[in-house]
Amino acid sequence: MSNDVIAPKSIPAKRELTTVPRFSDRVFRGIVTGGGFSSLLILGLIFAFLAYQGFSVLRSQGIHFITGSAWEVVTDDSGNIIASDTKFGLAAMLIGTMLCAIIAVVIAVPISVLTSLYLTFYAPPFIKKIMIAVIDLMAAFPSILFGLWGFFILMPSVEYWAKLLHKYFGFIPFFKMEVPIYTRSPFVAGVVLAVMIIPIITSVSREIFSQTPLDRIQAAYALGATRWSMVKAVALPYARSGVVGGAMLGLGRAMGETVAVYTVLNVVYQVNWHVLLGAGGNVASMILLKFGEAGPQEIKALMAAGLVLFLLTLLVNSLANLIVKSSGGKGR
Amino acid sequence: MTTISAVVPQKPWAKSSQEKLIAAGIVVLSIIATYAFVEVTPLKGKLAYFVSYFFIYVILDSLYSLTTHGVSAAKDSIAKGFITAGVFVAVMPMISILLTVFMRGRRGLNWNLFANDMSVNSVNDPIGQGGLLHALLGTAILVAIALIISLPIGILTALYLTEVKGRFASPIRFLVQAMSGVPSIVAGLFILSAIVYPITKSYSGIMGSLALSILMIPTIARTSEEVLLLIPNDLREAGVALGGTQWRTVAMVVVPAAKSGLITAVILGIARVAGETAPIVLLTGGGERVNANPFSGPMGSLPFYIWKAFAVGTEESITRAWAGIFVLLAIVMVLFVAARFLGERRTSK
Amino acid sequence: MSEIDKDGNENMDVKPMTSSLASVAADAALGKRIPGGQPMGVGLEARGIHAWFGEKHVLEDISLDFWSGTVTALIGPSGCGKSTFIRTLNRMHEFIPGAAMAGEVLLDGQDIYASGTDVTKIRLKVGMVFQKPNPFPSMTIAENVLSGLKLAQLKVPNRDDLLEECLERAGLWAEVKDRLSAYGGSLSGGQQQRLCIARALAVRPAVLLMDEPCSSLDPGSTLKIEETISHLSSSMTIIIVTHNMQQAARVSDYTAFFLSDGGPGKMVEVGPTGEIFSRPKDKRTENYVTGRFG
Repeated sequence: MSNDVIAPKSIPAKRELTTVPRFSDRVFRGIVTGGGFSSLLILGLIFAFLAYQGFSVLRSQGIHFITGSAWEVVTDDSGNIIASDTKFGLAAMLIGTMLCAIIAVVIAVPISVLTSLYLTFYAPPFIKKIMIAVIDLMAAFPSILFGLWGFFILMPSVEYWAKLLHKYFGFIPFFKMEVPIYTRSPFVAGVVLAVMIIPIITSVSREIFSQTPLDRIQAAYALGATRWSMVKAVALPYARSGVVGGAMLGLGRAMGETVAVYTVLNVVYQVNWHVLLGAGGNVASMILLKFGEAGPQEIKALMAAGLVLFLLTLLVNSLANLIVKSSGGKGR
Repeated sequence: MTTISAVVPQKPWAKSSQEKLIAAGIVVLSIIATYAFVEVTPLKGKLAYFVSYFFIYVILDSLYSLTTHGVSAAKDSIAKGFITAGVFVAVMPMISILLTVFMRGRRGLNWNLFANDMSVNSVNDPIGQGGLLHALLGTAILVAIALIISLPIGILTALYLTEVKGRFASPIRFLVQAMSGVPSIVAGLFILSAIVYPITKSYSGIMGSLALSILMIPTIARTSEEVLLLIPNDLREAGVALGGTQWRTVAMVVVPAAKSGLITAVILGIARVAGETAPIVLLTGGGERVNANPFSGPMGSLPFYIWKAFAVGTEESITRAWAGIFVLLAIVMVLFVAARFLGERRTSK
Repeated sequence: MSEIDKDGNENMDVKPMTSSLASVAADAALGKRIPGGQPMGVGLEARGIHAWFGEKHVLEDISLDFWSGTVTALIGPSGCGKSTFIRTLNRMHEFIPGAAMAGEVLLDGQDIYASGTDVTKIRLKVGMVFQKPNPFPSMTIAENVLSGLKLAQLKVPNRDDLLEECLERAGLWAEVKDRLSAYGGSLSGGQQQRLCIARALAVRPAVLLMDEPCSSLDPGSTLKIEETISHLSSSMTIIIVTHNMQQAARVSDYTAFFLSDGGPGKMVEVGPTGEIFSRPKDKRTENYVTGRFG
């Protein structure tokens, strides 16, 4: 023990604290820790069960499950599945998933960024409060609502916009049309998805913009900046990576959307790069479509498709969260 | 005579009435110019009016700024124009959705909706026959069970992140966020693959609830975490300094202090899943009659009712679908306003 | 561990409330109460306390004794480790991630950091009042005062008497006796702080640690708290961290001056308050108390 006089410069070792917490606290911490790990458990189980169910299909199809774009269940006359001819290739739907989601992000990001700029730097407090509530409410709207609204209200307008796009930008390969069918195209789905993810991207961007250091904003104003030059010089650079993260969160949400896409998109199993043409699909809506009439073997293929979708959205979301998280400390 | 006149508070930085007049003048001028422009050019339609109004307004406004305040002011005006347009575009769908649901849903609404189920009626029957009692009851049961499962898990997760702050807190926080991005159809497929196919081999309400829990847990966990983080550390220290164990401090001080926020978390969780359609379609079997037993038999629900009615596509069924959406949206909005209200009280305290 | 009885002082050397510097000096002259002397066996003694946050050494070799019935003020510029020091005295220091310490804190001769110690019991005997008033927002005034009993699962025969007694000792009874079921948050800042003092008193601590209790209060409320401290000091040990030198001079019997020269905080000088303020031995203390720096 160091009760005796200690020479001023001799620094004792740090004490090891060996006190054991009370039993009730150990129980408490144990239960809470168990609860905390539930998310790991659930995500692990999702992966395990989908992989287990889809394993036979993934093994027989191999890499073609991702790269192939034919989805055919071939049966003989008595209805038995001929395994060698049956093809499950997800590529067409993966392309469709990316197309719809990217269209959505391309439309939603500028609108969301402008809106969040307005909410952070332009709106009077009263309007700001109302609009934040309204946008949060919109994020809570069920997807079937967007689906019905998109189908009945938005689609006619979007078809008209699609015709305009074709007329003026038809030279761009994406906007080419061989057959003039504009209804229920990936473009329509993209616009509906854009409406769905605007609230998400807006609220993430707004949060980041509102963290812009006040001293920098004031410094910009003190140097004679207009509001816009302040935004350009201070807020945008500060929030850039956060906005990218928000956009990726929106992308993840758009990629996994099922019902809204199913409602407004003509789900056809084919590769369609022409976004204005009324055919396409995404993985989620394809699962919903095929599920009703699928036999046991195809169900397994759908499970495997679900696994691919799960991993894809997990990846996008994780990246997005990493970007949003790291953006908080950027530019300090 | 030198009386000291009372000093009136002024805001010299506020817009003068002259400036306000000029701003209004620019708006009026743009409207007139827009009409003229659309009339003389081959453009037509609402879109043409909106787009040309926008550009004409921005041009006029920035020209005015340019002449009065110079180049940077003109850029400021242009930016403001674009930002205002962005807000307009963002809010338009919201207004359109609310109006549409109100106008179209109204037609299918009647009191029978809340008294009958669809066991003896088809969706093509005239409006007024049949109802969505089964769907309302089903949704209530589905969500209630999901809540019973998700609430303890969600709050324990939040407590782990804020109170225990274990070594794994930051990976767990990351996983919870990742979990909130799981597509709803994947949650449905998971329950199918893990429980329905290998074990029960039949659809029932509880399967839907399990899938909804997967979607609900991250919402509750994240909102609760935010709420618990707002509880000042002082309170925890005061509890412990009074001789409380951590468990008693959390139970008696931290959680009660966060109560209204935790209720908000619950409400947001309910709002998140109440309208969830894809897993419901996969898992509950979607019955047409009132079924209060979540463990056996198909169970109807609002999203399923809407989904089916929409898929049939006749005039009556579509009207029913809109009425269903009306009810669903009303529920979501009431929940949301309640959550806001509680949140307001929390922050104002 | 020798038991401190309900009033926390009966079997200890009770010193009447001292306000005259002369009597402090007289006590000091007895040589018995000079902090940092021989182990006392009763009361609170810090022995060679060091503290770290991560690798940062913030407090170096502090030894101080605190006698029952005295008020000890810890003064010094910001960042000199005063708050860290008092948080080592009731084991609140360890709540900060990365915190470490060395040395011993003896409460009635027992090391509070010894293994097997029930930390919650230590904190019952060494109460704490925080910088910002922090009444529990979900509880009424009465519930706040008695919250320690619930938290520590203590039983008392008559809760109403205890409630009145604690509020009375904290100097708040007259102001709140008609609204005991109002929420703690409805009180003014100064009243909230006295409520927090009453709350700390309800579990009958022998020692009360006060970490800049008046720093967020207006002068009027500060005065009330100082009166409360004077009343309490007759029956318990009080250790108060303060930035306000006048306050230290007004309320304390002993004063310890802490200073950090960029490295870990050290105790420069300790003695009866009158001496520290009128004839400090150390030049740095003199500079500080005369307002030449800090």
